[in-house]
Amino acid sequence: MTRLAPKHQRLILAAVALLALTGAGLGGAYALRSQASYFYLPAQMLADPPASDRSVRLGGMVEAGSIQKQADGVTIAFTVTDQHGARVPVRYAGIVPDLFVENSGVVAEGRLLPGGVFEADNLLAKHDENYVPRELQDMHKEQGGAALVTGGPQT
Amino acid sequence: MMAELGLAALWLAAALAILQLVTGIWSMRAPELVAITGAVRPVTILQAVFAALSFTVLLYLFAVTDLSVELVAANSHTAKPLLYKITGAWGNHEGSMLLWVTVMALSGALIAGVEYRLPERTMQAVLACQGFVAAGFYAFLLFSSNPFARLPQPLAEGNGLNPLLQDVGLALHPPTLYIGYVGLSVAFSFAVGALVTRQVTPDFARAMRPWVLGAWVFLTLGITAGSYWAYYELGWGGWWFWDPVENASLMPWLAATALLHSVSVLAARDALRTWTLMLGVLAFSMSMLGTFLVRSGILTSVHAFAVDPQRGTFILILLAIYIGGALLLFALRAGAVAEGERFSVASRESALVVNNVLLTAILGIVLLGTLYPLLAEAFGERVSVGPPYFNLVGAIFALPMLAVLAIGPLLRWRRDSLQRISRPLIVLAAVGGAALVLTAVLFGVGFLPLAGLVLAAVLAVASVMPLSGRNLRRVPLAVWGMVAAHLGVAAALFGMASESAFTSERLVALAPGQATQVGPWQVRFAAVQPVAGPNWTALEARLEARIGTGAPVVLTPQARSFWAPAQQTTEAALATSWNGQLYAVMGGAADDGRWQIRLWWKPFVTFIWYGGGLIALGGALSLAGRVADDLKRRRVRARGARRRAQMVPA
Amino acid sequence: MNRLWLYLPLAVFFLLLGFAAYQLSQPKDEFVRSAMIGQPLPNFTLPAAMPGGQGVSASDFADGQPRLLNFWASWCLPCVAEAPHLDTLRDEGATIIGIAIRDRPEDIARFIGQHGNPYAAIASDDISAVQLALGSSGLPETFVIDGRGVVRYQHIGDVRAEHVPVLLAELRKAAR
Repeated sequence: MTRLAPKHQRLILAAVALLALTGAGLGGAYALRSQASYFYLPAQMLADPPASDRSVRLGGMVEAGSIQKQADGVTIAFTVTDQHGARVPVRYAGIVPDLFVENSGVVAEGRLLPGGVFEADNLLAKHDENYVPRELQDMHKEQGGAALVTGGPQT
Repeated sequence: MMAELGLAALWLAAALAILQLVTGIWSMRAPELVAITGAVRPVTILQAVFAALSFTVLLYLFAVTDLSVELVAANSHTAKPLLYKITGAWGNHEGSMLLWVTVMALSGALIAGVEYRLPERTMQAVLACQGFVAAGFYAFLLFSSNPFARLPQPLAEGNGLNPLLQDVGLALHPPTLYIGYVGLSVAFSFAVGALVTRQVTPDFARAMRPWVLGAWVFLTLGITAGSYWAYYELGWGGWWFWDPVENASLMPWLAATALLHSVSVLAARDALRTWTLMLGVLAFSMSMLGTFLVRSGILTSVHAFAVDPQRGTFILILLAIYIGGALLLFALRAGAVAEGERFSVASRESALVVNNVLLTAILGIVLLGTLYPLLAEAFGERVSVGPPYFNLVGAIFALPMLAVLAIGPLLRWRRDSLQRISRPLIVLAAVGGAALVLTAVLFGVGFLPLAGLVLAAVLAVASVMPLSGRNLRRVPLAVWGMVAAHLGVAAALFGMASESAFTSERLVALAPGQATQVGPWQVRFAAVQPVAGPNWTALEARLEARIGTGAPVVLTPQARSFWAPAQQTTEAALATSWNGQLYAVMGGAADDGRWQIRLWWKPFVTFIWYGGGLIALGGALSLAGRVADDLKRRRVRARGARRRAQMVPA
Repeated sequence: MNRLWLYLPLAVFFLLLGFAAYQLSQPKDEFVRSAMIGQPLPNFTLPAAMPGGQGVSASDFADGQPRLLNFWASWCLPCVAEAPHLDTLRDEGATIIGIAIRDRPEDIARFIGQHGNPYAAIASDDISAVQLALGSSGLPETFVIDGRGVVRYQHIGDVRAEHVPVLLAELRKAAR
């Protein structure tokens, strides 16, 4: 192995570092495009369904009377809706958050199966004060629009 | 009266921080003014005394549950156990920021008290910088987060503490992490001081190294403990969630790990001067950025903290001043720092450079992933970035880094050749090949866990190789430290890969008396009963787990309800054996008298945290070795000076 | 030229800072609005919060008189702050029904002893059932219910002095 002239050595070091960091940046950006999970409202999910291998989030209200417990005791099925009346059926096997109830907000993480059923790996309930998903805040803002008509001045 | 005392001490500490900045700069300008130059260190120490006093007062207020203080009323409760009353002092925004500046002041005082290796001018710049940074955070506390504010009238009862935070592990976790976070401010100030005086020498690196090591050890412990806390407290079975709060602690660690290695190159070989300064600035910048991300609430997280855009703006301005200022100073001055020594491509330095670059790349990836939702939102997209991204892209850079980590310590400084270390390389290749065959043939696991298992085996053997052929009693502590830390990396990697490759999971609804199987365990659901704690009630399941006909292990997962504030949590139950952990969570009742039970069998998952502990231990050994060497050198020098003084009569 | 790369970290940092500043400047609505506005109250019956008190049920609201429905708790700090303003509302003629969430009778009595009692009746909701049914996710919250038992308006957070006229106006609107 030869010893390089200082000027060259420094240049190579800088080049290697820059290359690795650019690689990290580009690789990261590419992976983000394919791996970041996008947030959908029910209407958006029906209009433009995500591929079934993509992990996404679905946020909306749990439709009244839609929660059904399956015979195995651990799977539940329910419907997520929004104020436009779009409905997406969801299936979830697991321990349900304490504050997951009908007529309240939920964010489901998972994927949309080819049959149109959303299979959730994880549920985040809105009432869980530790976790009000940011995405949901916006949805409620949209819904708040209806409330504003009758609601008068807001704080 | 006590709250006012605390507030007065805080104001005094803030004033002293500004005085520290002024005297520091003044004494650099006028080194002949002994009154000023002699004042810098005492002022620094006095500032720490008042900061510590202020924090002690806060601890006292929480210990006696003084409900006339808003912070106590909002975060404590008379029914809480004393330990959690006290730890409640930093379980909230104001208290944790006070802890932050207190640690900052104490580390400043520690440098002022014991650090005499730096040139005096650099030292003055370092302390001025410490004072400057501390002043900003004092202002933040005093103007937007006063922990001592009184209520118009005292409350009859406090507002409780987030029950998730009522846990010994978590109670001790933030202080550990904060010592690490804020300890890096010393490295930051050192880098700024060196940029100001343009004096970047091996002596400077040797002076900087123990401080970086100390902060890094605490950071490692804090992250390890935090990961274990999330693992057993959140009840999701995972040990790392790539949550913004977790990333906020990981990013300074990555930068500090890179810094630790580059500072070693600078100390041993006088190379990588500007790079080391850059990392010094970067590490603490990541700490401050983490604080901003957590405290401003611009990113949501499963770890709940008070969210306040105004505070976010305040911290953002502080960030702009400190990080922006340091980076500007770097841009202006780094070009003027003389170039360091050269080295050949195959050398210890080269390996460390590669390690540094890859660590920085991982840091960039984590930073990008953490901030991406923020960037995307500016363009109207709503995304969240989770494990699929971090695991994949992180591994692409982590795997080569770990491979270099195996080989690097075998190389000599300055110039070496791969032919010289061909024997150990063949051994490592054989170990890797054997591990590959074993895991691939016997278990057939996925690519990433497979690569992790193979690398862990190679790394474990490689990490003890620097000891081979040496008289173990004469091996310096610092080398033991390196061996232990690298072995810890191997252990942690093994735990992570094993967890991801071999975990078995079972989700069932069981009626009392029924049984299920997870991994090698036969688990019987014996009963469910109500239990009560000091401020909660719970339903507790009694699970009896056994392997074959072995003695049963009893697990008691709970679903707890707290009443102040009203909140429900699940308490996971763990059974640890030498080869893994059985993890049980209890869910709700099904309609027909069955209960949801979720079980995981995670082989060797504990190695993740053993590894973390071993890494920290390595750092501590290395620190002890460096400090001992330094004391010895100082004694020898003092003896020499005395002898000279005797020989030459005054 | 070769010195220019030294400015790279600074440039990247300020880019990120710009994004963060932009994000902070965006108004953020942390509140979760109820979907029950314009809907009739869900059916419920709650027991009195203190011995000798009066319970509350949904049918009580359908007598033609608009009311305020206030969710609070003795352990809730902002509830202390809103107490005097609830008194003002009562003095201005509003009927306020209180629902205490996950509370204990002795704590409620102490709270009322210290901060006054603006309520026509206080019921206790030990499991937040009615609170959740009304789509309220935090304490305190105040709803305007019209004389037919329909939810007309939701106020999230503590009632401050400036909210008193707003709530009174909503009550008048609900009476029409």
